[in-house]
Amino acid sequence: MSRNVCVIGIGHTDFNSMTPDMGWKELMYEACKKAYVDAGIDPRKDVGSFITCAEDYWEGFSIFDEFVPDQIGALLRPCCTVSGDGIQGLGNAYMQIMTGYIDVVAVEVHSKASDLLTYGDIVLHAFDPRFEKPVSGPVERPNYAGSPEYTPESPKHLVGSSNEKERIHPYFLAGLEMQHYLQKTGTTEEQCASVVVKNKKNAFFNPYADYEAEISIEDVMKSEYLFKPVKRLDISPLVDGAICFVLADDKTAKSLGADPIYFAGFGYSSETPWLGTRGMEAGYATIAAKMAYKMAGVTEPRNEIDIVEVDDRFSYKELQHLEALGFARPGEAGHLVEEGVLEIDGSLPTNTSGGSLGVGNCLEATGMQRALEIVMQLRGHAGKRQVSDAEVGLAQSWRGIPSGTGAVAIFRRG
Amino acid sequence: MKEVAVIGAGMTLFRRHLLETGKELSFLATKMAMEDAGIEKDDIDMVVMGSAPDAFDGIHMKGENLLDGAAAVGKPYVRVFNGGGTGVFAPIAGWWHVASGVADVCLVVCEEKMGNCYPHPQTAFRHIWDPILDRPLTPNLVWLFAMEMNRYMTVHGIKKEDIALVSVKNKRNAVGHPCAQLADPNITVEDVLNSEIMAWPVNRLDISPPSDGAAALIFCNKDFVHRFTDDPIYVAGTGWSIDSTMWTNRDLYFPRYVAQAAKMAYKMAGIQNPPKEIDFAEPYDPFSYKELHHLEGLLLCKKGEAPILTREGVTQRDGDLPVCPSGGLLGVGNPIAATMGQKICELYWQLAGKAGKRQIPGDPRTGIGQAWGDIMQMGTVMILRRG
Repeated sequence: MSRNVCVIGIGHTDFNSMTPDMGWKELMYEACKKAYVDAGIDPRKDVGSFITCAEDYWEGFSIFDEFVPDQIGALLRPCCTVSGDGIQGLGNAYMQIMTGYIDVVAVEVHSKASDLLTYGDIVLHAFDPRFEKPVSGPVERPNYAGSPEYTPESPKHLVGSSNEKERIHPYFLAGLEMQHYLQKTGTTEEQCASVVVKNKKNAFFNPYADYEAEISIEDVMKSEYLFKPVKRLDISPLVDGAICFVLADDKTAKSLGADPIYFAGFGYSSETPWLGTRGMEAGYATIAAKMAYKMAGVTEPRNEIDIVEVDDRFSYKELQHLEALGFARPGEAGHLVEEGVLEIDGSLPTNTSGGSLGVGNCLEATGMQRALEIVMQLRGHAGKRQVSDAEVGLAQSWRGIPSGTGAVAIFRRG
Repeated sequence: MKEVAVIGAGMTLFRRHLLETGKELSFLATKMAMEDAGIEKDDIDMVVMGSAPDAFDGIHMKGENLLDGAAAVGKPYVRVFNGGGTGVFAPIAGWWHVASGVADVCLVVCEEKMGNCYPHPQTAFRHIWDPILDRPLTPNLVWLFAMEMNRYMTVHGIKKEDIALVSVKNKRNAVGHPCAQLADPNITVEDVLNSEIMAWPVNRLDISPPSDGAAALIFCNKDFVHRFTDDPIYVAGTGWSIDSTMWTNRDLYFPRYVAQAAKMAYKMAGIQNPPKEIDFAEPYDPFSYKELHHLEGLLLCKKGEAPILTREGVTQRDGDLPVCPSGGLLGVGNPIAATMGQKICELYWQLAGKAGKRQIPGDPRTGIGQAWGDIMQMGTVMILRRG
């Protein structure tokens, strides 16, 4: 007996640059509650397994998994953390359902980035402590004297130089990679800038996006170089928010009377963690896409997929990912964006939600946010940014600097 | 919906590894498991990593850092996590990778390096508490578990001598385990009772030692298992369950989350009468009372009955229900996630007759392994059965 997996419920909070009125528990609760209502299910009875995608350091806890069950309805139920991106969580939910023992899985992922005081330093902690972290500047070893506590009068940083101004922000890696991308493919900085213009414009039609703006290519080009050639406006700003997906096998979906969107395939892949030996061509996306295409039976992505959401934490990443996924030849994606092919009414609508540049970078929830837009589009619930006749959509994620992990999910209208 | 077999396992020496990084420990365990199964790196379709708090290594996205040691470069790779429960949860994730039909061969690696944490791994546990309700009390895991142990002893009228027997049994069982950190053939109940009191009623020898190590396991789809072995060991059941974050609002004398997870696993395995149908058990024993607590949670005996079974010798290696024949965490060591080595790899070794000096007499066919995690709230259970 073979079964198919579909999305029967989605829920999300508003995405805001800060959420002082709500804690992360409340964000999680809101997203999950909306998803359960959308799916028409009672989490205490109907959900067979819960997955949260979270990383300890983003959350500020040593074992974040402890704090998950109460607000998502998972008490005394199977519940776990996948330390990865939201689409990796969806992939694991898919596999749980395909075992045949679990029918309904809820996947929750969230960001409370506004709680982070030192975002750059946390990212720096993801670098290899022996060989790569010291690149950010001189490492000052704390003098423990038997106690890990510091006196409040002289707080010292544990990473890099004790002077924040002497420390290099880990986004320098994006600068290196963008430089490589531009040189290798002949893409121009202006083409990357037009990605920013397009995505921030799309975000105007997205009621939950936080960084919509009417800007021109000149505005982007005039913003200062932070990690040359990455400019201030090429970088997606952080945002808070939570998203929940409810997945089920097709039989259960039918019995619930849901209007299912089929989760046709997924893939994820990791490149080596060593920055020095890793390629700079987003190879993770190519391998992940290959796996997802095979699972979903897609042979010609450009012809078979109607709408695409790719990771655009940096503007060049959208173009690089489109090429890695097989939607364009190397160097072609920049022309596609200039010619308007990637617009909402173009032939390959890309990041109609506004992407991370328009909605915001919501840490591990970024990939899920891409998937959310695809499901809304396929359901026909995307409002003013609705793409007509979208049947098949692809969402792609990347775990951000300095990770070499990415995931792909393909959804199909039932 | 595929049946899943275990075809190989590996485990490093448990102790403080000053020279090896986490990646290297993962590599050692992975290599052993691959040699045991007789497969190459290219035969592995997907990889699951289990590792507990990032704070031990001070590395954000620790899973990403460990991946090249786990033969995962260029492969679908995911890290799953639920505190101490990870040691059994990572193999559960490996099971669903294969059972779903998405992977034919899945490698599961569990790694922990607690020795990096300065001055003591307990400092990483300063940040596992609710920042508003718990943290101002400056709690420590030992005193938290002392409360649970006290509650368990009070409800059932259990003596400390009975609980100390678990330490004695496990540390003696660990003799002959090539990875053991704290095996002791001559330990007595008096030694445990006379060891330093950490937080009453927990004495030093009631606690498993922090450790560094790694373990690996390889799962294979039943359709291909004949290529590797004639006598395969199958995953019969899996279960996992989580209880409320608010540990203050629960009665700590019985781990109902373990019972919930066990019921899920028994249902999957078609087991109606666990004490009869389970031949041996590997419950999680980071503290001596936890083995008893978890035996009851696994429904292998009635509530309050586990200390009696222990006193009567039923849980000895040659008893009716051998418990922790590996030596458990108390004897072999407790590198949080890497305890997959005692909990699940051991089931495989015992069932495949590869356990050497630790081999259970008779002909064990079904074994259950369990781990426990988060703030006394996560139960993870896996049942292996000889085909």
